Amino acid sequence: MASTIRVRASANGDTTEVQSLIRHPMDSGFVKDKSGKLIPPHHIDVVQFEHGGKTVFTAFWGPAVSKDPYLKFSFKGGKKGDDLKVSWVDNKGETDSLTAKIR
Amino acid sequence: MNQSPDTPDRARRMILKGAAVCGVAGLGLADLPLLLRPARAADASLYPQKAFKQKSEADALKELYGKTATPSDKISLDAPEIAENGAVVPIAISSTLPKASAIAVLVLENPYTLAAAYKIPEGTEASVSSRLKMAKTSKVVAVVESDGKLYTASKEVKVTVGGCGG
Repeated sequence: MASTIRVRASANGDTTEVQSLIRHPMDSGFVKDKSGKLIPPHHIDVVQFEHGGKTVFTAFWGPAVSKDPYLKFSFKGGKKGDDLKVSWVDNKGETDSLTAKIR
Repeated sequence: MNQSPDTPDRARRMILKGAAVCGVAGLGLADLPLLLRPARAADASLYPQKAFKQKSEADALKELYGKTATPSDKISLDAPEIAENGAVVPIAISSTLPKASAIAVLVLENPYTLAAAYKIPEGTEASVSSRLKMAKTSKVVAVVESDGKLYTASKEVKVTVGGCGG
């Protein structure tokens, strides 16, 4: 299956800008389906970004984060060709990870 | 040869029972690979579960950082005045406060106020953009932890169509 993670990391001077998009329903647990039953919560809890063996960004998400969540941040020290690892875990224990090259 | 009329029924019940047991066993097996998966993914044990269950700004911040916040003009909270679709409200937060170590965003009128919390290690900029769901018109609060203290900025966002499927 294709990865749920799409990430673009681009180095510009000494700063690397990271944009990521993760495919996930992010069900809040407050929404009802067509038959009126509550859809149980199913959302990403933690997303981590690692570069050079160091965590450069950690996101904790609650049910209020939109479906297919988008994230943008920047860190110092990344170079073109470096690896950036992205991983997430959701409230059901499902996970995915991806290693992307900084461009 | 007088067959009792409930024999086929009983047989069916047996089959159903068997199917139910199979179902449970099947589920158990399906869960196993998840549990055995190597722990190279994001660390779920870091998740501040309780903070995400709080219904007020003060309780969420207390749970998350153990302190209260003061307003600051060094935080920029970029959010639309009017969000037509509450399911996808773009929110960008950045700050010029020194030694920023964490950013959080709260939507006060949502069922649980805390929407997202970010850890900003040294070397990472105090700036994050994401998209949030908003149940209705609400004050959105950005929180930045700087040099061990908490600062906030807030903005009212009007929501035309709520993002909680109402």
